Amino acid sequence: TPSKPPGTECDGRDYPLALHSPTGSRSFLERGLLLLVMLIFLEGTVLTLGAASSPDISAQDNTGGGHDRRDDHRGIAGSHEHTNYTYTKKAFPVLSLDYHHIQVPFEISLWVLLASLMKLGFHLIPRLSSIVPESCLLIVVGLLVGGLIKLAGEEVPPVLDSNLFFLCLLPPIILDAGYFLPIRPFMENIGTILMFAVVGTLWNAFFVGGLLYAVCQIEGTYLSQVELLPCLLFGSIISAVDPVAVLAVFEEIHINELLHILVFGESLLNDAVTVVLYHLFEEYSGAGEVTPMDVVLGVICFLIVSLGGIAVGAIYGILAAFTSRFTSHTRVIEPLFVFVYSYMAYLSAEMFHLSGIMALIACGAVMRPYVEANISHKSHTTVKYFLKMWSSVSETLIFIFLGVATVAGPHAWNWTFVSVTVILCLVSRVIGVVGLTFIINKFRIVKLTTKDQFIVAYGGLRGAIAFSLGYLLDKDLFPMRTMFLTAIITEIFFTVFVQGMTIKPLVDLLAVKKKQEAKRSINEEIHTQFLDHLLTGIEDICGHYGHHHWKDKLNRFNKKYIKKCLIAGERYKEPQLIAFYHKMEFKQAIELVESGGGVKLPSAMPSQVSMQNIQPKKLPPAVAERALPQFTKGREEEIRKILRSNLQKTRQRLRSYNRHTLVADPFEDGWNDFLLKKQRMIELEKKMSNYLTVPAAPPDSPTMCRARLASDPNAFYNIKASSEGVPTIQVDLASPQSPDSVNMLNEFSKRGATDQGLGQREGATRDEDQGLMMKPSSAGKVEKGEEDGGNKNPGLMRCLSDPGPSNEDEEDEPFLP
Amino acid sequence: MGALQSLPDEPEYRDLSEKTGFSFEQIGILHKRFKQLSHNEDTLRRDDLNTIPDLSCNPIRTQIIEAFFDKRNFHQNGEGTVQEISFEEFLVVMSHFRPPALDMTEEQREIIRREKLRFLFNMHDTDNDGTITLEEYRHVVEELLSRSGALGKETAKGIADAAMLEVASISMGHMEPDEFYEGITFEHFLKILKDIEIETRMNIRFLNMDTTNLCKVNRAYPDCTSLTKYTDKLLESCLWFGFGLL
Repeated sequence: TPSKPPGTECDGRDYPLALHSPTGSRSFLERGLLLLVMLIFLEGTVLTLGAASSPDISAQDNTGGGHDRRDDHRGIAGSHEHTNYTYTKKAFPVLSLDYHHIQVPFEISLWVLLASLMKLGFHLIPRLSSIVPESCLLIVVGLLVGGLIKLAGEEVPPVLDSNLFFLCLLPPIILDAGYFLPIRPFMENIGTILMFAVVGTLWNAFFVGGLLYAVCQIEGTYLSQVELLPCLLFGSIISAVDPVAVLAVFEEIHINELLHILVFGESLLNDAVTVVLYHLFEEYSGAGEVTPMDVVLGVICFLIVSLGGIAVGAIYGILAAFTSRFTSHTRVIEPLFVFVYSYMAYLSAEMFHLSGIMALIACGAVMRPYVEANISHKSHTTVKYFLKMWSSVSETLIFIFLGVATVAGPHAWNWTFVSVTVILCLVSRVIGVVGLTFIINKFRIVKLTTKDQFIVAYGGLRGAIAFSLGYLLDKDLFPMRTMFLTAIITEIFFTVFVQGMTIKPLVDLLAVKKKQEAKRSINEEIHTQFLDHLLTGIEDICGHYGHHHWKDKLNRFNKKYIKKCLIAGERYKEPQLIAFYHKMEFKQAIELVESGGGVKLPSAMPSQVSMQNIQPKKLPPAVAERALPQFTKGREEEIRKILRSNLQKTRQRLRSYNRHTLVADPFEDGWNDFLLKKQRMIELEKKMSNYLTVPAAPPDSPTMCRARLASDPNAFYNIKASSEGVPTIQVDLASPQSPDSVNMLNEFSKRGATDQGLGQREGATRDEDQGLMMKPSSAGKVEKGEEDGGNKNPGLMRCLSDPGPSNEDEEDEPFLP
Repeated sequence: MGALQSLPDEPEYRDLSEKTGFSFEQIGILHKRFKQLSHNEDTLRRDDLNTIPDLSCNPIRTQIIEAFFDKRNFHQNGEGTVQEISFEEFLVVMSHFRPPALDMTEEQREIIRREKLRFLFNMHDTDNDGTITLEEYRHVVEELLSRSGALGKETAKGIADAAMLEVASISMGHMEPDEFYEGITFEHFLKILKDIEIETRMNIRFLNMDTTNLCKVNRAYPDCTSLTKYTDKLLESCLWFGFGLL
């Protein structure tokens, strides 16, 4: 996406809105002040924002243009120095007002606050958001704000400045989209998406541009001064589907995954086409002649811009993944790497006028699987929330700014031009989609139906990118810039308001398949994997090197080499299915804790079924050894840590605050911690007994038992010893099954013997296990409790023996054979 | 291995086409592949499929191959397994992976869906008793994870158990402790996989298969592994090139 260097803004000096033109010099003065309050890396952001939002203040005291203002600012700076030197003469000012000092960040904060409050407000009015899309409402808010500023008699700030837009507002949204891009459907439909993005956008640009030129040549439209190349340039600006608008609208209509990824993918990938077309036409509008050589160069340029963008993004993505390999000791700054590397990728791509959007998408998509495997769960949550927060604030700001910019004007309304633009955009989109689908359907396995085509065509919304590109146009080279901007704004309003508001009822009316909201179940995951291998196998039997074959190759290659390089520790060996399983377990473990001991599980399927219901009656003798792989140890530790920190929230607050670690390291706290744990253990047992003795209580989600099981410490620490110490785990805590208490006692005493032998070596580790409510661990605790003179056996027994129907058959049944 | 144009006898192909829904061209291509795999015999044996080099890395290879010799997949209401299959049976099994037509009614979609899921179900239900028992399910997951070395085996059990519990809880709702969930019946199987759009996913592109090239390659490199190695090398060098750039 093109963006102008700050200096070139001076070109538009005669343009009324460009009052802020000497920002370059001004910002240098201000930089000194800002450095005190701003972090270095935020500097670029702040300065650009400052450039955008300053004039409304400066407009108050001067209307004379650049030179006065510059002097004015010098004056301010001078007066600062003046006070510094001469303060002895005056009385010391007890309270002074210096708005200019904080003006820029203050105004930024005001805008952000406005945006956030608006977003908040819409969701408080329940009906409104279901009828009108948020984007429309935000534009209206922007119009109102702009109107108010105008009414107050001030210049409306050019908030949607191109620099601000391309360097600050757009990247968070694109990164969010790229990082959470559903890779699978995206790659499965990459051919169709590329077709729409490249050929479709080209078609739209030339169709709209060409026909507009033809219309302009008609007598009586007063548009005969418009030449062909500017028309084509306008066509290329207006033809690209906008990711921000598409995201905003499509997220609300919950369309099925295929259609969503088609429209959204197109809007992301057409960036390269738009960039190249824009630069080509802008260049040739000056030169006038286009030779076949230029066309060839354009094609080459397109390849470089798109592939180069992807390459830049991928390089930064790999760097980010590689960096995250080593962050295990400084968890707090982990999330930062994701953001900084991505932003660097974007800026680096922009530096060479490559496609920044593609770089961001590639960066996010490449780094995600590896970064996710490396960083801690909390960091992952942080990344997720920060991305969502930034992108949603950016999006809100963009729509508000669109409204403000509309009020700011200047407008040159030409009925013919505007109406022809709107009609041509619709027509070309429909023709393009239908024509392209006709071709694509010949190659697709799953054909696009007429309904799908309609939604794809109708979902082609235009947005702020088009406006910003139009805004970038040089006033001198393009005298019709104002008219273009007006037409672009009208087209944006038309698509966002008319199409955006009607698409939801239309989707309902046409009964287009919606997205399933349910989260993935483990069965689905198993079968997805199974299908992958099955289809690869069938392809191999057919002797056909197709899609699945290459995907399988790539996967194996990824596993063999790349993961080894980029993922720390042993995790790289973890197959996808196991990773998914762990994630699920983890989620449920947390759910259990958050729901306060599992009395009410927020699980989707409150299950009344427990493990024993699916166990075959006859089982092989107890499995002595449960050599669960060593690698899960770290994982379990992580789960435990989170559980523990959740359980001791209140306690944690009293602890000394450490800026560099999130969870106080339990090893540091030594003896005190041990006492604390004991105390916690008592509480836990109370909770457990509560949980198990309340008859109707155990709506345990099925996998919960597994979570507990897999985090059984004996599985990791007692690999050999457990064969004697804990021959079998006899009770399923989640089931209302009653074990024989006496039996249990025997077990414990038997166990005690081995436990002594196991001795101190495990003592420390065992202590760490209390975060989870597992029977064997609590059994271990009992031993300790007795040694400490504690009296916890009754509690434990209460916990283990609950009034449930006893079934002798399954008494000896191990929890997990 | 005749050229594509010289289709053996039209009536026979027409017959097959009606039965399986493949076009003549597709049947021609598949026939050629069949001949290639069976070394110009009329029937195909397990060993013929076992020796496909690309298949050797597939974790569920045995199950895939068994599916070709499973009578339940031949549309003839048969049971048990056979030792060798003819081209017709090969085609019938392949037809489970045919992409659906563009305009389907809901009933047709449902039929196709059931058909495809039945194929999957049969792959899991090895003893053909109408249910996928826990043992069978564990076996499936174990096979899936069989490429991930020793660590897969135990985890596989855990995963299969969790999955089974999920099925039981979804399909049975509440269960008394002494009740026993026999296994996944086909109806339950349909239910748990209702969110996977099987009719749009269990498809293979049968056209545009250029088996002629493959045959040449096969002749040039008698063991096809060299081809695999070659692509691996290519990928590897790409990677090193990428790191070199860094």
